[in-house]
Amino acid sequence: MSAAEEIVAEGQAVEAVPKRAMTLGTGTSLVLLAVLLLVPLLVKNFIIFQMTMLLIYGIAVLALNILTGGSGQFSLGQSAFYAIGAYTSAILMEHFDVNYALTLPIAGILCFAVGFLFGQPALRLSGVYLALATFALATAMPQLLKLGFFEKWTGGVQGLVVTKPEAPEAVQSMLTWFQLKMSQDMWLYYFTLVVTVAIYISSVNLLRSRSGRAFMAIRDNEIAASAMGVDVALYKTLAFGVSAGITGVAGGLGAIAVQFVAPDSYTITLAIALFLGMVVGGVGWLPGSIVGSAFIIFVPNLAESISKGLSGAVFGVLLFLVIFLVPHGARQVAMVSQQLIAKLKQR
Amino acid sequence: MTAMLNVKDLRAYYGQVQALHGLNFSLNEGSLTTLLGANGAGKTTTLRAICNMVRSTGAIEFEGKPLASRSTETIVRLGIAHVPQGRGTFTTLTVEENLQLGAITRRDRVGIVSDIERMYGYFPVLKQRYTQQAGTLSGGEQQMLAVARALMLRPRLMLLDEPSFGLAPLIVRDLFEILGRINREDKVTILVVEQNAQLALELADQAYVIETGRIVMAGGAKQIANNEDVRKSYLGY
Amino acid sequence: MELFTNQILAGISTGAIYACMALALVMIYQAIDHLNFAQGEMAMFSTFISWQLMQWGVPYWVAFVITLAFSFIAGIAIERILFKPLAKAPILTNVAGFIALYSIINSCAGLIWDFTIKQYPTPFGSSPFLGSQLISTHQAGMIGITLLMLLGLFYFFRYTRIGLAMRAAASVPESARLVGINTSWMIALGWGMAAAIGSVAGMMIAPVVFLEPNMMLGVLIYGFAAAVLGGLTSPFGAVIGGFLVGTFENLVGTYIPGVGNELKLPIALALIITVLVVKPAGLFGRPIVKRV
Repeated sequence: MSAAEEIVAEGQAVEAVPKRAMTLGTGTSLVLLAVLLLVPLLVKNFIIFQMTMLLIYGIAVLALNILTGGSGQFSLGQSAFYAIGAYTSAILMEHFDVNYALTLPIAGILCFAVGFLFGQPALRLSGVYLALATFALATAMPQLLKLGFFEKWTGGVQGLVVTKPEAPEAVQSMLTWFQLKMSQDMWLYYFTLVVTVAIYISSVNLLRSRSGRAFMAIRDNEIAASAMGVDVALYKTLAFGVSAGITGVAGGLGAIAVQFVAPDSYTITLAIALFLGMVVGGVGWLPGSIVGSAFIIFVPNLAESISKGLSGAVFGVLLFLVIFLVPHGARQVAMVSQQLIAKLKQR
Repeated sequence: MTAMLNVKDLRAYYGQVQALHGLNFSLNEGSLTTLLGANGAGKTTTLRAICNMVRSTGAIEFEGKPLASRSTETIVRLGIAHVPQGRGTFTTLTVEENLQLGAITRRDRVGIVSDIERMYGYFPVLKQRYTQQAGTLSGGEQQMLAVARALMLRPRLMLLDEPSFGLAPLIVRDLFEILGRINREDKVTILVVEQNAQLALELADQAYVIETGRIVMAGGAKQIANNEDVRKSYLGY
Repeated sequence: MELFTNQILAGISTGAIYACMALALVMIYQAIDHLNFAQGEMAMFSTFISWQLMQWGVPYWVAFVITLAFSFIAGIAIERILFKPLAKAPILTNVAGFIALYSIINSCAGLIWDFTIKQYPTPFGSSPFLGSQLISTHQAGMIGITLLMLLGLFYFFRYTRIGLAMRAAASVPESARLVGINTSWMIALGWGMAAAIGSVAGMMIAPVVFLEPNMMLGVLIYGFAAAVLGGLTSPFGAVIGGFLVGTFENLVGTYIPGVGNELKLPIALALIITVLVVKPAGLFGRPIVKRV
């Protein structure tokens, strides 16, 4: 307890989530996976669609978790990357006849590049200043998408309609053998699930890797990290790039799922929603991304069903309730449950 | 002589980790006591516990009043000044503003002004830099500022956490001399936590030695200084 | 050339709006070390209160003072009830709280007073100021009030004990407690003052942008940008930042081709960010000496 105490107490904006606690235990993960695999077989198409959106927003929140919870950089601009990914997929599918699955890696790489480039000037900013810069990006995006200059590709204010993909021939024929039919919604859901799991596993590995440690060193104490030889500039921009890339993939999936892209779907409201999703899920806790996603999809609807005229107020109240009860988000719930289970085991 | 500060069975915790394991000690009014110990022994924790800056259990009484349930600022207002580790200077404010803040709970404007002059008398370098942003001062100067700020409270008890840290030996000598004067002339009871055992033992009249959260030795400063174990462990000879 | 000067002047008068807002934001930043996004909504709600009072026949300046007092108290109440419990929570959770507050206030205002645009009176009249076509008496009055508030704040922080205590509490809260300052109440006070300043901003802005629940959104963003540009630690910087942002906005709209209303905002923000990259603490902010 020496002078080091003063350093730590000063300005640690993003809480450090210990590496160990960054994921769910294997048991819980498998149970969750089973649920995600089986539920769509039992419910209607619309619910399947909602579950697909749940996964998609979960991916976007996860991306933000890597950026903020991992490397400590704020972003209120994720909606911009989501939009770029969405439009990339839409344009490639509708104007260039590219297969929908192929559009995702393209969207991802493109957004990675944009994010990486954006990360460069962002290097000089932090905290509230970075928030402002990303906010500017988010507000600019819908306007840029509406620009007459791009209208040929983007469809201007009206946007573009995206064709919903069918399950591939091979899968269809295999299923008819079992006398099952897979709806478009169901196929898209499982496709998204595969992408989600792949991204989740890669992200966990990223955060456990050397790069991940570099991110977290930067998050906890940037000056110290750089003094220890961490290439702060590289890792910060890398974090932005990775986060943007993943958000882009989510955007692409979103475009396919919703079958529609339009500038006003990607406003600052989306960026704020993703931010709230991250907080409710637990900043830096990757599994929480799905809880956060559920919050931003279902709670506004809940609020509206409680009171049409005051839906915003009800939403605000519900949000306050959540943050009063669990200021650290779903991660806190998970930790408390873990402790309870441990106590019960002791009996 | 009455005990000004009474500490009974003090246990302190940082989260789940217990740092103090039942301390018992007291400070007599007008005494100058030093608390010695190695790094991590619990010296700083003890001072913080007195000011309720860390979670603790046990009974701490100051002039007969219990401190346990009071907030830090209330405890300060009772007359306890704490010069924290790392000095806690208001780096974005000027030197003079730092001094004014030391007296922010006092009402007597004339007394405050004269006290500031008195501080400049003790620490002339502060007068030279009085409009400078405190964060630009050197470590030694900031330490002096921190002590001066504490004195502006006109405290009855002053707690100092490693005031010699990072200071050149000559400056430390001067600082300790001033502390001695304050103790004798202004009748301020002082508890000094120090790693620099030699100087601390020369200055103090009472001493405690703390090891991993427990007091292992207590007595007069000279007596402790002559103790063979202490000499080997803390004085280097 | 004349067009240029005209645009500059016009920019300064719109800038007064942003300067007003920026002052409130800097005020809260001084107190709690972060920015409250719900500031604009609180200002809007206060303005509606004053409007309602005037609808009930209360004269302008009486309504003004009552609203000021109400806002001050409301600011403190909101902090004590909603944000004191979050004091130990992470910053990001607090930000979520600001967003929730925004949502609640906006929604309630919409319900109570609906979303139709209302006229809001100005005590300064709207005739040309000193015969100039560019600045109306109202805008001159707005600039005057803003400067007055700035002076008041300057005096408050520099020369009063409470002002010093607030600065200390924001600077190093633990040390502030160690000199006997009740840092918790300093935060509440900061909120109260920010709410009061915000209400003045709202009441000055409403005659120009018209009164409706979403009136402050654009202003808040520009105000935020102005505060950051000026340096979050400097009320003076906030005001200058406001005028600069107003001018940027106007010049961008006039001189850059193809930029309609929609792109003005992102471009203005982009310019501000460019300044920040060069001067990270803002134009007048004090760069904080960071020691590891």
